[in-house]
Amino acid sequence: MPLLAQLPMMKKIQRTLIELANIHRFVMRFFREVFMPPYEIKEIIRQCYVVGWKSLPLISLTGFITGVVFTNQSRPSLAEFGATSWLPALISIAIIRALAPLVTALIASGKVGSQIGAELGSMKVTEQIDAMEVSGTNPFKFLVVSRVLATTISIPILSFYTAAVGLFGAFLSVNQHEDTSFRVYFDQVFEAVTYLDVFSLVLKAVVFGFTIGIVGCYQGYHSSKGTEGVGRAANWAVVMSMFLVFIEEILIVQIIQAMRA
Amino acid sequence: MLKTGGHIDYSTPVISVRGVSKSFGDLHVLRGVDMDLFKGENLVVLGRSGTGKSVLIKLISGLLEPDIGSIEVLGEQVDELDDKALRQLRLKIGFSFQNSALYDSMTVRENLEFPLVRNKRNLSRAAINREVEDVLDAVGLLHTINQMPSELSGGQRKRIGIARTLILRPEIMLYDEPTAGLDPITCIEINGLINEVQEKYKTSSIIITHDLACAKSVGDRIVMLLEGRFEREGSFDEIFDTDDGRVKPFYDYNFIK
Repeated sequence: MPLLAQLPMMKKIQRTLIELANIHRFVMRFFREVFMPPYEIKEIIRQCYVVGWKSLPLISLTGFITGVVFTNQSRPSLAEFGATSWLPALISIAIIRALAPLVTALIASGKVGSQIGAELGSMKVTEQIDAMEVSGTNPFKFLVVSRVLATTISIPILSFYTAAVGLFGAFLSVNQHEDTSFRVYFDQVFEAVTYLDVFSLVLKAVVFGFTIGIVGCYQGYHSSKGTEGVGRAANWAVVMSMFLVFIEEILIVQIIQAMRA
Repeated sequence: MLKTGGHIDYSTPVISVRGVSKSFGDLHVLRGVDMDLFKGENLVVLGRSGTGKSVLIKLISGLLEPDIGSIEVLGEQVDELDDKALRQLRLKIGFSFQNSALYDSMTVRENLEFPLVRNKRNLSRAAINREVEDVLDAVGLLHTINQMPSELSGGQRKRIGIARTLILRPEIMLYDEPTAGLDPITCIEINGLINEVQEKYKTSSIIITHDLACAKSVGDRIVMLLEGRFEREGSFDEIFDTDDGRVKPFYDYNFIK
């Protein structure tokens, strides 16, 4: 082996490059297999239930609190200029453009990403994935494609739900302090929002959903070293997906700004 | 009781392994293994832990690829098959895992239905139920049909694992440490089940083990994996009729000399 390749730093770089190549292969395999039959419709629906329906209580609470807290935090600044009447417009833009998809993605990273990482990791180390493989089933299709599709479908729906709950939480705060009626509040909310804002929410949520699913599956599918490996898979699924969600948020905001201009 | 092997067709190898080597990094696990499994035969592979016994059956089922050498299963070259053809071949191979590898989130019924529903899509609900109940009955665990794997004992899990592989009516069975971690009575039951499976379903089997009682009661022929190669082959008595320091401790430990 060349001397340079034996340096610790070079080994780290080598490992990182190998990991990146593996991730690339994993993502490409997803896109290759997603269009090929058999389509695991039942499993996709079951996963949508797990990802979407079972996340509703947590998403409801978080969305509601986000709406209330954001409104309460924004009020003093607007009050200084006597502009509290702008609160509904400000809140709607903030929630629909940024907060709803981001909060949903972060909650899903923690709840769904770790669950997928741990579930697949545990299946991997107990040879359940091998058992599927030898019984003539394509485990990638059954386990990975179904879960990634489920997160890609469910996170946008959950994001709209978070937006609705957040706007309602904000309404309660606005109604209490500014005495604004339900109708006036929502008239101002919808007046401020453009189609591009809604498109931005959908785009972000789809990208975030795909990221959470694929990262969780990748970590779980490649876990090793027994129960320690399962824990690491769940942990990395959360850390990596949260990190990537923030990077994607920055990139998508730039794209949307360019479209707006 | 050592089996007689009268039903074996020695003219037809169902698995042929030629010159297979496999390494993991610097660890050379298999170093040029040659082996045949004949139709109707129970072949026991003995060896110490970590000598590559499980690797060998994973290579045969296509879960791993050999570094060099060739593996032919039922007339097909495993490493030359595409995904679809490999999946078709695997339907003829039953693989019983060391830890059973039952799907934790499914009931026993769902575990057994899983390969059936996926591979025989034209089966009616009634036919699926009948198949599931038949194989569960064959392993004596029909009463566990609605239980979760976590509610079963180690021996029951092994039996359900074997039942799940039998449901596709395989021609070849690969058993990875079928008696590992079980009490002696359950070991005897599992050994009996392996022989029953061979007789009822006319399978040819490779049994990976380091349990000599298991080897003696199920094996038509025994091969011993030593330092990555098959160094001894024959009946139970032939294998252990030696002063080889790598072989004798096996016998002495198992039969408490």
